[in-house]
Amino acid sequence: MTLRRLSLRTLALAYLGAVLVVPVGFVLYKTFKPGLSEVWHSVTTPDAVHAFWLTLQIAAIAVPLNTVFGVLMALALVRGRVPCRRFVEALIDLPFAVSPVVVGLSLYLLYGRTGWFAGPVADTGVQILFSMPGMVLATIFVTLPFVVREVVPVLRELGDEQEQAAATLGASRWQTFLRITLPSIRWGLLYGVVLSTARALGEFGAVSVVSGHIAGQTDTLTLLVENRFQNFDLAGAYAASTLLALMAVVSLAAMTLVNRREETA
Amino acid sequence: MSSVSASLPRRRRRTSYGDAGALSLGIGMLWLSVIVLLPLAALVDRSLQDGLSAFWSAVSSRQAVAAFRFTFLIALVVTAINAVMGTVIAWVLVRDNFWGKRAVNALIDLPFALPTIVAGLTLLALYGSAIAFTKWAVLLAMLFVTLPFVVRAVQPVLLELDREMEQAAYSLGAAHWTTFRRIVFPNLTPAIVSGAALAFARAVGEFGAVILISGNKPFDTQVSSVYAFQQIESGNATGAAAVSVVLLLLSLAVLIGLRYAERWGTHHDA
Amino acid sequence: MRIRIVSSLVVAAAALALVVSVSGCGGSSSAEGSSGSKSVSLVAYSTPQVVYDQIIPAFKKTEAGAGVSFKESYGASGDQSRAVEAGLKADIVAFSLAPDVDRLVKDGLVSPDWASATPHNGFVSTSLVSFIVRKGNPKGIHGWDDLLRPGVKVVTPNPFTSGAAKWNLLGAYQHGGLGYVSKLIRDHVAVQPKSGREALQTFTAGEGDVLISYEYEYTTAVKKGEKGLELVQPRDTLKIENPIATTRAASPAANAFVKYVLSPAGQQAFADWGYRPVDPATLARNKSKFPDPAKVTTIAQLGGWDKLDKDLFDPESGSVAKIEQDAGVSTAK
Repeated sequence: MTLRRLSLRTLALAYLGAVLVVPVGFVLYKTFKPGLSEVWHSVTTPDAVHAFWLTLQIAAIAVPLNTVFGVLMALALVRGRVPCRRFVEALIDLPFAVSPVVVGLSLYLLYGRTGWFAGPVADTGVQILFSMPGMVLATIFVTLPFVVREVVPVLRELGDEQEQAAATLGASRWQTFLRITLPSIRWGLLYGVVLSTARALGEFGAVSVVSGHIAGQTDTLTLLVENRFQNFDLAGAYAASTLLALMAVVSLAAMTLVNRREETA
Repeated sequence: MSSVSASLPRRRRRTSYGDAGALSLGIGMLWLSVIVLLPLAALVDRSLQDGLSAFWSAVSSRQAVAAFRFTFLIALVVTAINAVMGTVIAWVLVRDNFWGKRAVNALIDLPFALPTIVAGLTLLALYGSAIAFTKWAVLLAMLFVTLPFVVRAVQPVLLELDREMEQAAYSLGAAHWTTFRRIVFPNLTPAIVSGAALAFARAVGEFGAVILISGNKPFDTQVSSVYAFQQIESGNATGAAAVSVVLLLLSLAVLIGLRYAERWGTHHDA
Repeated sequence: MRIRIVSSLVVAAAALALVVSVSGCGGSSSAEGSSGSKSVSLVAYSTPQVVYDQIIPAFKKTEAGAGVSFKESYGASGDQSRAVEAGLKADIVAFSLAPDVDRLVKDGLVSPDWASATPHNGFVSTSLVSFIVRKGNPKGIHGWDDLLRPGVKVVTPNPFTSGAAKWNLLGAYQHGGLGYVSKLIRDHVAVQPKSGREALQTFTAGEGDVLISYEYEYTTAVKKGEKGLELVQPRDTLKIENPIATTRAASPAANAFVKYVLSPAGQQAFADWGYRPVDPATLARNKSKFPDPAKVTTIAQLGGWDKLDKDLFDPESGSVAKIEQDAGVSTAK
């Protein structure tokens, strides 16, 4: 145990403690202070259950779509030829710089009653805003960059000799991708998916603007948290927040498990 | 396994993916356009709805400019802190071993999963009167919400890093810090910059945690996202769109600049 | 080629996901009762949710309300108004202030004579701008002038992030005009949370000595278990008037519901939560809860919303905007 290693560890843990662990611990404390049965009660109300499933549904659509996009773009950016590559990469990061209120505003501008696509939306009768598609769109917007940004550095780091070798040995592109590329970007992909999931779960602002706040129908868990704060149900708000945190941790654990199994296989 | 070729020049050449690369790019660009570019185009259109002079007066008002300045300053500071601490944390999580490491690793993503209002409220309750409604509160809130970026960007690269060269360096008598500086760090730079770019963008766009904890004092602690929100609430959607467009352009400039910086730190060409 | 097949599969999968999401939403909304004469969509601002949670089940038990399904939406008044403008389906809108309804008139969603459609000028409840202080009133706050005493810290929401927060500053305005408002904001308001409810929670978390709020906020907070608060009614204050209106496309059941809300039964629910009923009989019955201050000013007396919004609250040229900016400049380093 060198001094260097110890001091690095202390620095990291102290920082994490102040910025992350203590606040999260506080949330947990506030959640469980009223007692376990209270917590159980507040996460099993019909509204909470519906919010839970809605949150999952939205994440289940947004994350895979962005994962596919992420891998495709990462491959194109690193292994292929992309004109104005740096510009495209910066464009991909841009969704984060858009504040959630503005995301909502731009979705209003596109799909709202007087928006660009107001006509087609009305004609097909499909409700985009104030319904699930709008919320999915907002969530996709805010989670777009993750997988790309996680996979690109790993792909770059790896170099493509193995893929070249596979090609010369007669492997098809799909085989190359499946057998060589995918396993090597495993960790980057995993963390990208985990981050996307966590972000999709926790997105509040943009989803809030396009959800319409229809009680029992378009409230995700984050919106439920806000609703409960508004109604002086602080314990319930913290309970729902803890549920969100739990979902994020479980998704990380599940994906890490899958990853490990592939590794040892 | 993979190899770390720190010094071999790399030519961009047609790879094993051939025209699948073009198709991937096509699909990717289509997705990017529908999801990102289209809304942003609508935003630009809205901001110019009342003409260029309205656009200019909206973004050049004293309060708007002060908000831009504060936002970018804070975002840059946050990014710098995150770049350093994120790398340290990633290093500790990958190379070190201690009881509870898995638990700590699992917690890193929580700032994303917690809705930003919870983050704001929690920080307020904890670090309350000392820093509430000051610049430090804004800084703390932004550090919280951007924590995972650099960590999760560096971790996978560290995991895939081949340690041969490090071990070679040690066996040749290099000190740890020198080895890190000359061998490991250049390989991490693209990841650090990648994560830092995301952290920067996120800090610029952060709204929920900040609006709660910042006290919303114009000129003093007001960030552009809050200023844009105020414009919308006051019925000035054009002004909000204008401010947001400028914010995006400035962010785009910083992000592109970061991409160029990425190239300096490495010998890679890809 | 195989890769093309795979790529098309990828695109197909993405398209499928989108279709699933679309049909998923369609499925859920039809399950919960789609549009029809027996469904009511209520879009309201956030605080009266507790009242409507009481009124709606009671309405369903009446003859007019039997078999009616409800979709309710609660959020910040301005946000809700803009959502309806952008297409959120609404049969009834109940906002914090009249301009949020007038916005919908401009878009043709609400008829211009909405105010005369109901017996009380389009209002469903009223309240007063009041102070909430710590229990025991340690700082001895009794009126607007006390807020300007040295060392008194005031919490009031930001009128530019919340339209409903304008009530508070207009209360200050009716007392001492712009001079008073200027002194208040510059020297005594340290923090301006995003909304009224957030301001209340900031206050209960320990910030500030006095919160400028609405009378009903106090009652609701106490009913919800908040302790350590006390209400102080200044001698002179502003009357808050909350509008309700049906949209042009409203269903007959919606009109029946509005009638019920304005009836003694519905109004009593408002009174229970601290809102002053507009129905005179109900107000008289609950008089003990609602003492009258010596001087009550209305928006009409101050010149009407259009004038006030233009003169005071225009984000660039309004007087309050200038006051806020000056205050910021003086506190900025």
